[in-house]
Amino acid sequence: MKIAVLVKQIPDPSGVGKLDPHTHLLARDQGEVVLDPGDSYGVEAALQVAAATQGEVVVISMGPAKAVEVIRKAMAMGASEGVLITDERLRGSDALTTARVLAAATKKVQPDLLIACTESTDGYTGTVPSSIAELLGWPSLTFAKQLEVSGDKVRIHRQTPNGHDVVEAELPAVVTVTGGINEPRYPTLKGIVASRSRPLDQPTLEELGIDPSAVGQAGAGQRIVSVEPAPQRAGGEVVEDQGQAAKRIADYLAELKVI
Amino acid sequence: MAKKILVYVELAGSELAPVSLEVLTKARQLGTVEVVVLDPGASDAVAMLGAYGAATVYAGEDATYRAFVAQPAAAAVAALVEEHHPDLILFGATYDGRDICARLSARLGLTVVANAIDVELRGQEFTAVSSIFGATQTVLIELGGPSPCVLLRPKSVTAESASGPPPRVVKVPLPPDAPRGARRVESVVVPASGPKLEEAKVVVSGGRGLQDPSNFELLEQLAGLLHGAVGASRAVVDAGWVPYARQVGQTGKTVTPDVYLACGISGAMQHTVGMKGAKHIIAINKDREAPIFKICDLGVVGDALKVVPALISELESRGVAG
Repeated sequence: MKIAVLVKQIPDPSGVGKLDPHTHLLARDQGEVVLDPGDSYGVEAALQVAAATQGEVVVISMGPAKAVEVIRKAMAMGASEGVLITDERLRGSDALTTARVLAAATKKVQPDLLIACTESTDGYTGTVPSSIAELLGWPSLTFAKQLEVSGDKVRIHRQTPNGHDVVEAELPAVVTVTGGINEPRYPTLKGIVASRSRPLDQPTLEELGIDPSAVGQAGAGQRIVSVEPAPQRAGGEVVEDQGQAAKRIADYLAELKVI
Repeated sequence: MAKKILVYVELAGSELAPVSLEVLTKARQLGTVEVVVLDPGASDAVAMLGAYGAATVYAGEDATYRAFVAQPAAAAVAALVEEHHPDLILFGATYDGRDICARLSARLGLTVVANAIDVELRGQEFTAVSSIFGATQTVLIELGGPSPCVLLRPKSVTAESASGPPPRVVKVPLPPDAPRGARRVESVVVPASGPKLEEAKVVVSGGRGLQDPSNFELLEQLAGLLHGAVGASRAVVDAGWVPYARQVGQTGKTVTPDVYLACGISGAMQHTVGMKGAKHIIAINKDREAPIFKICDLGVVGDALKVVPALISELESRGVAG
């Protein structure tokens, strides 16, 4: 079985993100870029399905040229091939355009199953996977906290506010996984060495059948018109606990009439 | 001419979902409200929808909408959009809302803003307000193209009813070519005691600083004394210590209690975005530099595993009983 998995390179989430004050696009030049931590669950889920079905994993990403680093990281974890769509004209694309490009790439790869994480850690839009499913005419099984493939069926436990639904569909399908669905493996040294020689396809927009004039900021149905710091809470009193802190908290709760 | 706002409304059991009431309240401020509700119980919701300002209700009661996730609903909403051309489409940012909105967007080529906290009408154009980077920055996004879609985060708006005439009800059939897709085979509800996390006046939350899943029992005890609910950070949910239903933050629940007590939580943006709307925040953390201390009203630099049991004893000695 062929499993495709979507990955994204994002600014290191432990730093504070910034938008370029002029273009209102994500300032991608600052700091380290990393594999979105959410995506490591997706890659692990794909590798587990591949192992269970004697299949292989193809990792797909759209982003700047250095997104190749996160594709190599997924390869070091065990993915056998990569597809990177990188084009200056894509900068500023909205979620719908991103879905169109990734759907076209998925069509080229022709997987039985496409896995993604539920939302990226930087943009957290979360609509791209289901939009891809719609463009491909595939079912989508989202918010999976458990995933099982048997024969031509996929079955998940879909997160709900109070528990989960068991949801199933026939392949091909799109599945999005939540954090905690598995324990992502670390790349081994052998994996890192092997990843350097794994094939990487870099199709152009034209090869994917995407109209370059309809992507990027020009193709986006929305435009950021301003960015402002959000009002922040002011910090209050901070005390060191020397045995008295519990009493101080209790006094505060009494003051607030909670007790 | 008044703008036409189409609102996708969800039911929770036989009631309207709380987030749908919030979205309706926002929609009323923007124009004429038309509602689409696709659920076998849609008819029962009509009176309530009128009370929240719906002028028209498109009701689809086919059991398919409940049995299959998102795909049939997206096809039905798309048919309505093509027929009525709303100026704006609003969804609550829920599991189903997000999936249906994503499919609708792809089907008809409509732009989407997810995670909006507000929508404004500026001149003739809609502008969505969204907070990014853990709500440290606010962006204004001008929406263009036909029928832009906005997913409104829960608790962004306070739901208020309005007095209006009963809405016009239009039955909508299941589109004959609607794909079925993924089938809901079973629904499992994890029983929970005490007040609901989203509704509790007091929330006691725990993170990595509790060191071991068994220590969440301390928080249960404390929450019991304060008639509160227990929440958690993403780190401990991902680690499998507590169920996802407890998660507070960007990917979890947004809570706005009177008091939020963060125990052993550093205050990553991912978490604070879900709790910074609390009226009062108390934080206990070992690390003096933890970001949670920058937003709390009372901070204690100390070990939650010492402070929480001491607090429980202190409350008990003051005669507090749950």
